[in-house]
Amino acid sequence: MARQAISADQLLQGFDAGKGALPGRGLPWLANLRAQGRERFRTLGLPTAKLEAWRYTRLRPFEDTQFRPATEADGRINVDVIPALLKGAAARIVFINGLYRQELSNVAGLPAGVSIEPLAKALAAGSGWIADHLGRVAGETPQAFFALNTALMDSGVVVKIARGTSLDLPIEIVHVSGLTDRPIMYSPRNLILVEEGASATVLVHHVGLGAGAYFVNGATEVDVRDGGSLRHYTVEAESIDAINLATAHVRVGRDAHYEAFGLAVGGRLSRSEVSIRLAAPGASCKLNGAYLMRGAEHCDNTTVIEHLAPHTSSREVFKGVLDDESRAVFQGRIVVHKGAQKSDGHQLSKALLLSAGAEIDQKPELEIYTDDVKCSHGAAAGQLDAAQLFYLRSRGIPEALARNLLVQAFLAEAVEEVSDIGVREAMMDKVVHWLPAQCYLQEQWRGR
Amino acid sequence: MGPMLDIKNLHVTVGEKEILKGLDLALPAGEVHAIMGPNGSGKSTLSYVIAGREGYEITKGQILFRGEDLAPMQPEERAAKGVFLAFQYPVEIPGVTNTTFLKEALNAIRRSRGESELDAMQFVKLLRRQTKELGIPDDMLKRSVNAGFSGGEKKRNEILQMAVLQPLLAVLDETDSGLDIDALKIVAAGVNRLRSPERSTLVITHYQRLLSYIEPDRVHVLAHGRIQRSGGKELAAELERTGYAEFKAVAAE
Ligand SMILES: Nc1ncnc2c1ncn2[C@@H]1O[C@H](COP(=O)(O)OP(=O)(O)O)[C@@H](O)[C@H]1O
Ligand SMILES: [Mg+2]
Repeated sequence: MARQAISADQLLQGFDAGKGALPGRGLPWLANLRAQGRERFRTLGLPTAKLEAWRYTRLRPFEDTQFRPATEADGRINVDVIPALLKGAAARIVFINGLYRQELSNVAGLPAGVSIEPLAKALAAGSGWIADHLGRVAGETPQAFFALNTALMDSGVVVKIARGTSLDLPIEIVHVSGLTDRPIMYSPRNLILVEEGASATVLVHHVGLGAGAYFVNGATEVDVRDGGSLRHYTVEAESIDAINLATAHVRVGRDAHYEAFGLAVGGRLSRSEVSIRLAAPGASCKLNGAYLMRGAEHCDNTTVIEHLAPHTSSREVFKGVLDDESRAVFQGRIVVHKGAQKSDGHQLSKALLLSAGAEIDQKPELEIYTDDVKCSHGAAAGQLDAAQLFYLRSRGIPEALARNLLVQAFLAEAVEEVSDIGVREAMMDKVVHWLPAQCYLQEQWRGR
Repeated sequence: MGPMLDIKNLHVTVGEKEILKGLDLALPAGEVHAIMGPNGSGKSTLSYVIAGREGYEITKGQILFRGEDLAPMQPEERAAKGVFLAFQYPVEIPGVTNTTFLKEALNAIRRSRGESELDAMQFVKLLRRQTKELGIPDDMLKRSVNAGFSGGEKKRNEILQMAVLQPLLAVLDETDSGLDIDALKIVAAGVNRLRSPERSTLVITHYQRLLSYIEPDRVHVLAHGRIQRSGGKELAAELERTGYAEFKAVAAE
């Protein structure tokens, strides 16, 4: 039987009833923003392969799964152990199925100048700066799921690091999903403002419990002001039937720096679409990531880095490991606009295919509209090196362990880009746990 | 007891091509034998087939190691039983440090023998002793396996692995090529330290030079897939003078 294509309207069904319960009720500017988002989503419709950004990723899961809005009861389920990744965090914010769980969170003891609040609370408190930024960092963007998030945003955090404040320890945001009777959907919206000369580290961890389906439609806006710096990390360890779509918009100011690393280790469909604007001279970014997929999982990293001013620089390294029948997509576009002379942009995408059924589509793109720039890109896909495997095995290392060693070595090159040591170790642990057999190698990554 | 390594009428095909064509070789425990021969005569093929490399098919004959047929064994099983190959071209493995590699290898072998694994402290102690004797700087241990190593460093690293794993049978495939005289002496000393009544070494070389530091009990000439001649250590010196022309002609069939 042919699958039924579903429409934007169908996806919105069921959400209208709960509209009044969404956070920020009674704020006219927000009602307006939501209405615009809704309208845009309906106009754009669900993305199809005709759209460049969705060329290699199909929205099949939506055809066989009906999602209902997450309720308060979904968020109240009991979770024995919060899967925190960091031992030392400046603050921890925990959401379960989109619901902020204050008793599991800890935001006490933050230094002056650092404010972290769940979106709903921040909106209720009426912090004026939010209205100036929410939806404005991204601007009008023809991204259906971003628009849908704008219409339905119901969780997520608002972070502000005040001018000149520097926060050394990371802020950890944990989103636990799953264990609901029917598949749910929720829409975390994050807004991070790093003011002039301020710096911070934020780790967002999405983790699934159980094997049920759910849909997290996240959106994030980041504004790093002049001289500011943000390290922004994500770990996605979603359940096998889960969908995680994340759309991010980042603006980087004069001499400001943005470092991102996204690790995806699971999910039926996990897609990250990141757009970075290096908006003023001296702005720089590192946009890195790694993914490990198996079974029928699908991972999509679609990125756009725009150099809009002179002396801007970008580095991008993505590495992935694909087993079984899993698929991955890497689409990376670097645009050097007119007037952005003396800029440099370097991009590298590499995939390791562990089985004959695994596939990757890679599309690196450079668009350069000015002279005097340094840009490069490269993409490669290959298998484990037979000579390396034999060498390891000839020294007594069993094949499974030898394969693990080589996979780890391959990914380490990407994970080493994470400049926060605690986060880097947490990421490497995730990688090790993903590997098929337990290894004895963990300490190697500790000492670095 | 029979020889440590007993190769009988060995025929090996690589791809479609038969490289070894009825090779016989007996290496008793406690002895060092040298295999010499012109380029392309199948020396590395022999070393790979002993170590168990994929794609090297034994079509006839057998390789017995301490009486056991090696053919059905995985490379790691052979290593666990005490077979070691020092590669002619050691493989670079970026992202895996030398220390991790050595520790994983040693502990894997210990596990497969039912011995307890060494903890980090015990291992470092053992490693220090070996690196000191071989004049290997600590920095070489922290670097990725062979990545960016000079030719000499790679060869010394092979000997370090051998020293750590303490094999019963070591096959050295042109470990001397590309070494200066100092490095050559270090390598030879490493091999000689391992000499004992229960161990054997097969030294594959193109030149006699190494054999003045590692004195072989026997020398075999391999050409065109078979041992053409065997003799005492004086055969190596003779070959150095006459070259391999004789054997090239012999096998020109
Ligand atoms: N992987 C391979 N595929 C096809 N032929 C090979 C391969 N490896 C070696 N050979 C061939 O086998 C012969 C023996 O090679 P090798 O064992 O490397 O000789 P040696 O080590 O004595 O120089 C050569 O003719 C070489 O070209
Ligand atoms: Mg050779």
